[in-house]
Amino acid sequence: MDELREIMITTDEIKTDEYLINMGPQHPSTHGVLRLLVQLEGEIVHNVQPHVGYIHSGIEKMAESLSYPQIGHLTDRMDYLSAHQNNEAVALCVENALQVEVPERVKYIRTIMSELSRLASHQLWWCVMGMDMGALTTFFYGLRDREDILDIFEETCGARLTVNYSIPGGLMFDIHPNFQRDVKAFIKKFKTKLPEYDRLLSGNVIFTERTKGVGFLSKEDAIAYGVTGPTGRASGFSCDLRKHRPYSAYDKVNFKEILSDVGDTYARYQVRMAEMWESMSIIEQLIDNIPEGDYAVKMKGVVKLPEGEFYQRVETARGEFGVFIVSDGKKNPYRVKFRSPGFSNLFAINHIAKGWKIADLVAIMSTFDLVIPDIDR
Amino acid sequence: MTNEALIAAIDKIGAEAETRQGAQYVETFVPFAKMHGFMKHLKEDDNLAFDYLICVSGVDHADHMQMVYHLESTKHNHMMVVKVKTDGRETPAVDSVTDLWPTAEFHEREAFDLLGIHFNNHPDLRRMFLDDNWGYPLRKDYKDDIHIVSR
Repeated sequence: MDELREIMITTDEIKTDEYLINMGPQHPSTHGVLRLLVQLEGEIVHNVQPHVGYIHSGIEKMAESLSYPQIGHLTDRMDYLSAHQNNEAVALCVENALQVEVPERVKYIRTIMSELSRLASHQLWWCVMGMDMGALTTFFYGLRDREDILDIFEETCGARLTVNYSIPGGLMFDIHPNFQRDVKAFIKKFKTKLPEYDRLLSGNVIFTERTKGVGFLSKEDAIAYGVTGPTGRASGFSCDLRKHRPYSAYDKVNFKEILSDVGDTYARYQVRMAEMWESMSIIEQLIDNIPEGDYAVKMKGVVKLPEGEFYQRVETARGEFGVFIVSDGKKNPYRVKFRSPGFSNLFAINHIAKGWKIADLVAIMSTFDLVIPDIDR
Repeated sequence: MTNEALIAAIDKIGAEAETRQGAQYVETFVPFAKMHGFMKHLKEDDNLAFDYLICVSGVDHADHMQMVYHLESTKHNHMMVVKVKTDGRETPAVDSVTDLWPTAEFHEREAFDLLGIHFNNHPDLRRMFLDDNWGYPLRKDYKDDIHIVSR
């Protein structure tokens, strides 16, 4: 792969001056306020420097003056497409620190909600990816199906995006009486819609020409750069925490960890498409078996963590999300650090995009599925 | 590898490192002068093979700063935490581990930006989120009368 890049750079006979362009902070394909400083020779990318911080909101600093249940509500403002998993990470971290065992019902519902979030996130990724490549139709298809999931969220959590559903000790409310019926109806419907996605984009000649064999990331580099989630798994890095370090009810379900050893843009696309089928399978295994019981355990009014350091890892739609809490025994944390998947993934972009055309950079960015507040925090 | 075996293997490296079983993971405290050699062993030793740097966090303590490295081995599937204390907290400095794990470059830049920890031999140490003349907001003595309302 490296030789291929060398050839692309050196055998270009028409030499032009190197110049710098700013891609962003207002650019449709950066999906937010991100600036890429791209060093170009003609159309060929020589260097990409991401500049972040345009919407840095200081969530880690804010968290130091908030109580533990309050911190959870900040986390769904970070990666708003994986809001539920972020809530869950904080909840699990606090529960582990206090050694609180939540009821089985909570575990099942959390897992179902996580997978619904993942589906909604991948749907949005798919439709936006199509749009980045110039296929506007995908945008309508994706948002049409995502709407069903957001309606389910709205019914049960009271919010469509920033769900605030998982809290330390369990869930905010019990599920809505229609929840199981609606989820089953959605799965049944989406099973007929997902093949449409493939028909529309996966086999499209223009799309495959722009993605197959473009933007390689090897397994070693994926590990070295800490690239996780579907992006890392497309390079063969087996990093699915649901499989390796199961939390909630993931140890009770059968599912495949989707891996590819190709590592190009198309492989990242395929991994996410296959993950949607797996998510639906996980939901189907759980939805009829939600145990009866309480939706939360009684927690003290003021949650105080014992002195020490606690770390919790969960798998969001973008990769590994980590919460690191340093506690000094008070009701506020001494220090909170969020390890966001987008942050680590983004900075591998220079390594991947070097030597490819600037149009390929847009395709590569799309398959990274970046959410900027997740990076800036 | 069990955690006991892991602790024994880490103890063999030496480097004045103190290893113990923490609440969640195996934890090692290592002096900042010896940290780079120690981390190199962690990565390159076949029995340890910590090839995946998950998270780098800086913590401001009363009299020193602490860098916390969460490491995982994708080969053996074990995890550990390395903690490095800096010398004082006014001009703290530790060695960069960018040459071992490329992802560290950006996590270290973040720690420099928000805590003002300097990293020796870092290829590109500059502010990440904030302006050059901004203070270091995650330090405990940080004061910002304009943006932070304290009650």
